[in-house]
Amino acid sequence: MLRDEDRIFTNLYGTLDWGLAGARKRGDWDGTKAILELGPDAIVDVIKASGLRGRGGAGFPTGLKWSFMPKESDGKPTYLVVNADEGEPGTCKDREMMRHDPHKLVEGCLIAGFAMRASAAYIYIRGEFHLEANHLEAAVAEAYDAGLIGPNACGSGYAFDVFVHRGAGAYICGEETALIESLEGKKGQPRLKPPFPAGVGVWGRPTTVNNVESIAVAPTIMRRGADWFAGLGRANNTGTKVFCISGHVEHPCNVEEEMSIPLRELIEKHAGGVRGGWDNLLAIIPGGSSVPMLPKSICDDVLMDFDSLRDVKSGLGTAAVIVMDKSTDLVRAIARLAKFYTHESCGQCTPCREGTGWMWRVMERLVRGEADVAEIDMLLEVSYQIEGHTICALGDAAAWPIQGLMRHFRPEVEARIMERKNKQPAAA
Amino acid sequence: MKRVPAPPEQQPDSFAFTPENLAVAKQHIAKYPPRRQASAVMPLLDLAQRQQQNWLPRAAMDAVADMLEMPRIRVYEVATFYTMYNLAPVGEHFVQVCTTTPCWLRGSEDVVGACKSKLGIDFGETTADGKFTLIEVECLGACVNAPMMQINDDYYEDLTAESASAVLEALAKGEKPKVGPQNGRRASEPAGGPTTLHAYTGDN
Repeated sequence: MLRDEDRIFTNLYGTLDWGLAGARKRGDWDGTKAILELGPDAIVDVIKASGLRGRGGAGFPTGLKWSFMPKESDGKPTYLVVNADEGEPGTCKDREMMRHDPHKLVEGCLIAGFAMRASAAYIYIRGEFHLEANHLEAAVAEAYDAGLIGPNACGSGYAFDVFVHRGAGAYICGEETALIESLEGKKGQPRLKPPFPAGVGVWGRPTTVNNVESIAVAPTIMRRGADWFAGLGRANNTGTKVFCISGHVEHPCNVEEEMSIPLRELIEKHAGGVRGGWDNLLAIIPGGSSVPMLPKSICDDVLMDFDSLRDVKSGLGTAAVIVMDKSTDLVRAIARLAKFYTHESCGQCTPCREGTGWMWRVMERLVRGEADVAEIDMLLEVSYQIEGHTICALGDAAAWPIQGLMRHFRPEVEARIMERKNKQPAAA
Repeated sequence: MKRVPAPPEQQPDSFAFTPENLAVAKQHIAKYPPRRQASAVMPLLDLAQRQQQNWLPRAAMDAVADMLEMPRIRVYEVATFYTMYNLAPVGEHFVQVCTTTPCWLRGSEDVVGACKSKLGIDFGETTADGKFTLIEVECLGACVNAPMMQINDDYYEDLTAESASAVLEALAKGEKPKVGPQNGRRASEPAGGPTTLHAYTGDN
């Protein structure tokens, strides 16, 4: 188990002062000027060496992403945009960081922004997070007042602004190019890539979009060193991670643990175990609603990291662990997610706009067993027609939960159809 | 809930920001680069909605469009795309119950049932006294404190049918119920007590 001394988010539960004075006592803003004096390239090198991979779901190496930003200025601004539009079902980690440790994010914005030579950071926070946005805005104001950010950030001579932008209720804005569109004052409809944001981002300027957690861990990595972070977890899956454990566990919770912790250990150590004991487990969605579910047999010994979960055809995603015990109607659980994706499709691409609703309606019939067994194959076929055929990954995210259900629990879905058929009186 | 704009007879003829809100609006616009004032459309629509009893009349959208020098249709697009903008009047307490899978696994159906019976209305409806509007909402990002609901700006978490009813009862009486977890938890720590950060629980 990760030692408390190695935890980054020491105020995860909000037991301590989240303001600047409290944050400083926990080590935030300590020696920030000296970190900046290393220079942008040295900071990127440390982040690269730490092995940090993006915490928003895709797991792209963070240092490498920063290095895509232009090294030579053309005299116009470039931007860091922080994706705080947390809305992936099961995920509620960024919320805790922003309401209980906002200075980690503000300091991270300065260090990351400096490393990518950006002139300002915009933190795009989902509109429903009212309290969280208030804390964040207060932390930004404190940092300006203390000279930590602004025209001469931390006395370094570097000018850097941080702004908080509130969303207004759209899951799709968690997609980086939809977020950029939204930040420009438009509907959140994703853009085609290329051009990538590092070339053409918000207001046409080079932009890097990072998850809250990726940015908030950066100052601690800079202070404690790449070797410390890289020494946690496994090769290529390093560091600590905040996991969100929801669903049928005794004590649902957020907890920061070492990457690559066994899934079973994570649940039993921190969440009080599966309701009714481990043997009462049916399935787990290990990384937020978009990743395929895993049956108990895989959950028994799978490790919680990018590569282990990819190897079992799922993913770490946002590390939101949704636990379902044997009382769960899995078909209903997935049908509800299908409804979610139908609701959240931005409507831009036909396969997603039409396909998500079509899949939801079939899933609702499967819940009641009102279908032919052959329709399961048709449903899967449609899911493959959506996956990979849309501008952004929402289409994939809608397809995968259904594919995961059928991959591991198809006999149960078929049994429900047969049960209903057998109950019907034979046609005269 | 179907998001249908209020009929013409409910729409006010005009809208103008109060002087206080006008100052706030200018602060929002100043956050964005010159000539990029359209970026302020979302905060300004939110500000207008807060001034207008939590809904957004067409006159307010037009006022925001004019202020930001945007074509009105661009503002209508934004106002209708994002679910937090209410296009028609809602109750004083805007009750949004999450029913997405993590909340459903923890009993959101009981919370929905309690809200419907307590208020005597279905999803998408407003009580006769105009105090409460009830809607179903997608994931609000408090999944380890499920089931939960949001009322205006506040999250009420770790709900049961009883505690959800109690929150509504308190609001109906004009009281301010405790925001956050309703089962004694502080935040997102395990209900049985934290398993980590033991050295970080007191005031440092």
